Amino acid sequence: MVLREELLGDAEVGDKVRIKKESQSYEGILMPSHRFSKKDVITLKLKNGYNIGVVCEEDTGIEVIKKSKKRTEKKERRIEIDEDKPKISILGTGGTIASYVEYRTGAVHPAQTADDLLYSNPEIAERCEPEVEILFSKLSEDIVPKDWVTIADRVVEILEEGTRGVVVSHGTDTMSYTSAALSFLLHGLSKPVVLVGSQRSSDRPSSDAHLNLLAAVELAGSDRPGVHVVMHDSMSDERCAVHRGTKVRKMHTSRRDAFESINERPLGYVYPNTGEVEFEEEKKVEVKKGLERKGGIDERVSLLYANPGLTQEDIRDAGKKEGVVIAGTGLGHMNTNLIPALKEVIEEGTPVIMTSQCLYGTVNGHVYSAGRELKEAGVIFAGDMLPETAMVKLMWALTLDEEVEKVMKENISGEYTCRRVR
Amino acid sequence: MTMSEKIDHEELGLKVGLEIHQQLDTEKLFCGCPSEMVEDEDGTVLRYLRPTESELGDVDRAALMEAQKGLKFRYQTPESSSCLVELDEEPPHGPDEEALDIAITMALFMDAEMIEEIHFMRKIVIDGSNTTGFQRTALLAIDGALDVNGKKIGIPTMCLEEDAARSVEEEDGVKVYRLDRSGIPLVEIATDPDITSPQEAKEVAQKIGALFRSTKKVKRGIGSIREDLNVSIEEGARVEMKGVQELYMLPEYVEKEVTRQVTLLEIRDVLDKRDAKVQEKIYDVTEDLKECESSIIRGNLKRGKGVYALKLEGFDGQLRGEDGEALLGPELAEYAKKTGVAGIFHSDELPKFGITEKEMKAVEERLDIGEKDAYALVTAAEEDSKDALQNVIERAKMALKGVPEETRQARPDGTSVFLRPLSGEARMYPETDIPPKKVESTRLKRLTDELPERPDEKIERYQEEYGLNEQQSRQLFRKGYDLLFEKIVEEHGSPSVATNMFLHTYPDLEKEGFEVKNINKEELLEIFRRFRSKEFAKEGIPDILKGVSQGRSVDEALDAAGLESVGEEDIREKVVELIQDRSDFVEERKMGAIGPLMGVLMKELKGKADGEKISEILKEEIEKRI
Ligand SMILES: [Zn+2]
Repeated sequence: MVLREELLGDAEVGDKVRIKKESQSYEGILMPSHRFSKKDVITLKLKNGYNIGVVCEEDTGIEVIKKSKKRTEKKERRIEIDEDKPKISILGTGGTIASYVEYRTGAVHPAQTADDLLYSNPEIAERCEPEVEILFSKLSEDIVPKDWVTIADRVVEILEEGTRGVVVSHGTDTMSYTSAALSFLLHGLSKPVVLVGSQRSSDRPSSDAHLNLLAAVELAGSDRPGVHVVMHDSMSDERCAVHRGTKVRKMHTSRRDAFESINERPLGYVYPNTGEVEFEEEKKVEVKKGLERKGGIDERVSLLYANPGLTQEDIRDAGKKEGVVIAGTGLGHMNTNLIPALKEVIEEGTPVIMTSQCLYGTVNGHVYSAGRELKEAGVIFAGDMLPETAMVKLMWALTLDEEVEKVMKENISGEYTCRRVR
Repeated sequence: MTMSEKIDHEELGLKVGLEIHQQLDTEKLFCGCPSEMVEDEDGTVLRYLRPTESELGDVDRAALMEAQKGLKFRYQTPESSSCLVELDEEPPHGPDEEALDIAITMALFMDAEMIEEIHFMRKIVIDGSNTTGFQRTALLAIDGALDVNGKKIGIPTMCLEEDAARSVEEEDGVKVYRLDRSGIPLVEIATDPDITSPQEAKEVAQKIGALFRSTKKVKRGIGSIREDLNVSIEEGARVEMKGVQELYMLPEYVEKEVTRQVTLLEIRDVLDKRDAKVQEKIYDVTEDLKECESSIIRGNLKRGKGVYALKLEGFDGQLRGEDGEALLGPELAEYAKKTGVAGIFHSDELPKFGITEKEMKAVEERLDIGEKDAYALVTAAEEDSKDALQNVIERAKMALKGVPEETRQARPDGTSVFLRPLSGEARMYPETDIPPKKVESTRLKRLTDELPERPDEKIERYQEEYGLNEQQSRQLFRKGYDLLFEKIVEEHGSPSVATNMFLHTYPDLEKEGFEVKNINKEELLEIFRRFRSKEFAKEGIPDILKGVSQGRSVDEALDAAGLESVGEEDIREKVVELIQDRSDFVEERKMGAIGPLMGVLMKELKGKADGEKISEILKEEIEKRI
């Protein structure tokens, strides 16, 4: 196998080259390798626009016909901003909602600047006076609990500067963790904070990013306070659903309506094309004094998924952290043989919270004996709170000067639904 | 105007290239869905497509033009033949291996150079026919060639790509597509512009179609093979014509396009001589037409819309000919329609449509129309009218230069209509969701070993081996019965009986409403096995086929047809009986009685005995008598 690096020599991406093989020669622009290409393959863009892969062999020759010119600077872009419109802040944290494709290479880049984001969604400026800021640019799966605190602090600062509401653009994989974290960290919130993402990156003509972003801007401009997630409500580009930050979960790997409110209906809907925002129930705006970031995040919490193969060892390992959340089976159970190990963990002072991997419905420690034993061992049953929300809440509760059990049981940001109608 | 009768294609420097798209009969290219067209709509999904911005912040010229029309689409999602992949709700799976095999087989047929590692690309298409806004396509082979009547036709590229969704209707201005067709594998074969006559275009297409059929894995029937044409004449321009579905009409499309280009060149010469000009100014002539009888204008004025005009200096008589033939008029109208207006009125066709000479006069005065000038009118809201007339300005300016490069949609009558400007080439970028595919040498070797017999060789062999004539051989192949035919003949002989069955009995039965396609290979082999062992005569075959096509077993069909075979002894008995009955007639006509008596016997023994055998015995018995 001849590696492409050996063969390429000083030929660079973007150069016009000729590759000669025994029976054929190809002329085209040298492209970066496809991320799944084999190591001995050179990618070439032919004049007709197609990319092909050429295998490097002993007798393969390459000749640079023309060095690539340095890239031309991006065009100056200017979006008219109307300062009479309500001021909305858009905080970028990454994800594909504002990415663009580099046609030359096919590489997709996240928006690097505020202008990138605005330019690909010019309608935003028709609806508000946007203030765009890229806080950081991370893939959703790379977000860590520390980042939640960074976002919360910046949101507090921005809201204090007098903006109407904040849109946080975020990758979708862990968006509901961040929304839960903000729900607990932002104390005294009287304005909308809206998390939004996209399931189809915005460099694609069929992207859901545009509609979602418009919906988020509309909601951020409304007078509905609280932390919400706004995403497509169906596979159609028609309306977006407004989900409570603590009750929302990504329920599909790829559909654009992947986000669902669990154990409650969406709080409302936004029709981005008309700008209409409608809520199921009116919410009184309590003018809370003193918006602040309350508490912090102690990331030393494990989330255990109960299953028939779980061992005492697993329980003890999990118990080495400061807190444990269990996504139990059914009504909030796990193998009764594991209860003694769980008891040890609790006796050492580590709080253990029980939720259900069913997601829908509430846990109940009274119906079966396993539940009663768990309760007796000191496990805190967390109603219909989602396992991930419980994990985030515990991370937060651990940093407060309050009794953890009391905090966990209190309904702080709608994480508990008392009545379930479906 | 000179017209087609005078056209010498060679002298005009006609060059035609073909792009043939053939649907493959496999699963879909990027998901496991069956590639079947279905009647059910199931749910619908509403989508918008937005032109994406390239690195430089430009959208493609063609994409922009489509964007003007508003990019809202509705998709029907039949569950039996579409899934989340077609809806762009799930990433594509790897390419279908069988489809890849067929595409490679075609490349081998054309002695093309195989691409070593295939990369799928995204080709931007935002007319809604792809939910993604792009079509996935990969270059598979290059530099092939085809021999057509001793002439080499270059095959520069061969691609494997996905078919688009099927346009089913337009509902309140929203295009509705059905996703059943979306994702069906297509092999695209492009020829060099080596074709120099309309007839040759058809011959090349036929040749490529025959090669496709010999793989036995291609879809048949209407819409399963579609041709795009590239037509140019020396002074004209390259025009791409999309969506020809009837192969036999290829020559007509070429001829009509050549005529169109010649006409446009003649118009250019006239405009040039007159020093014609296109003014940029758009006039509001609502006032001049406020009493107009035209119902369209009336209705629009009532709704607060207006009428707007554009002066075309020196264009008089060039929009529509004196004998009513369409010249520039339709071309201008097609550009205008791209903005959503219903069309234009132009001075060469007026007075008409309720617009009177008096109103024309008013408009002419306002626009200062001279003897050689023309004008175009649009009625719509002010902004829409201006957009429409802007497109007319653009097209009229092109007329001064001759033939614009464009993509046109083929219409069923052999003409075509403007679709969009010819697309640039920067509309492709890599499909990062699909890993590149190396074409391994073991795969190439396997497919080379399994390469189907080429159609020409097969047709020749049938004549030599089975004594069929050329037409029969060709038809067996074209109708797709060749493999079945060979199997039957290999096991049970009787090539002429089998040929007759496929080429005559089958179409007859189909006409009578029998579904012969329900008869499978095993059943056919069984029928011929029994025929060979003389259980019935060849005359009995149609009745058995009828039965089997209705779902009976061969046995049941035989019984139902009453086809227990009659032996020679029994035949002779019947013959003797008949001759005795009709002895007077036989005395009188002598050997001349054979014909009429044969008719009686055939009726009685139909299918139970071989006609030749009956005739032989009848002859013997009559000879004994006289
Ligand atoms: Zn599918």
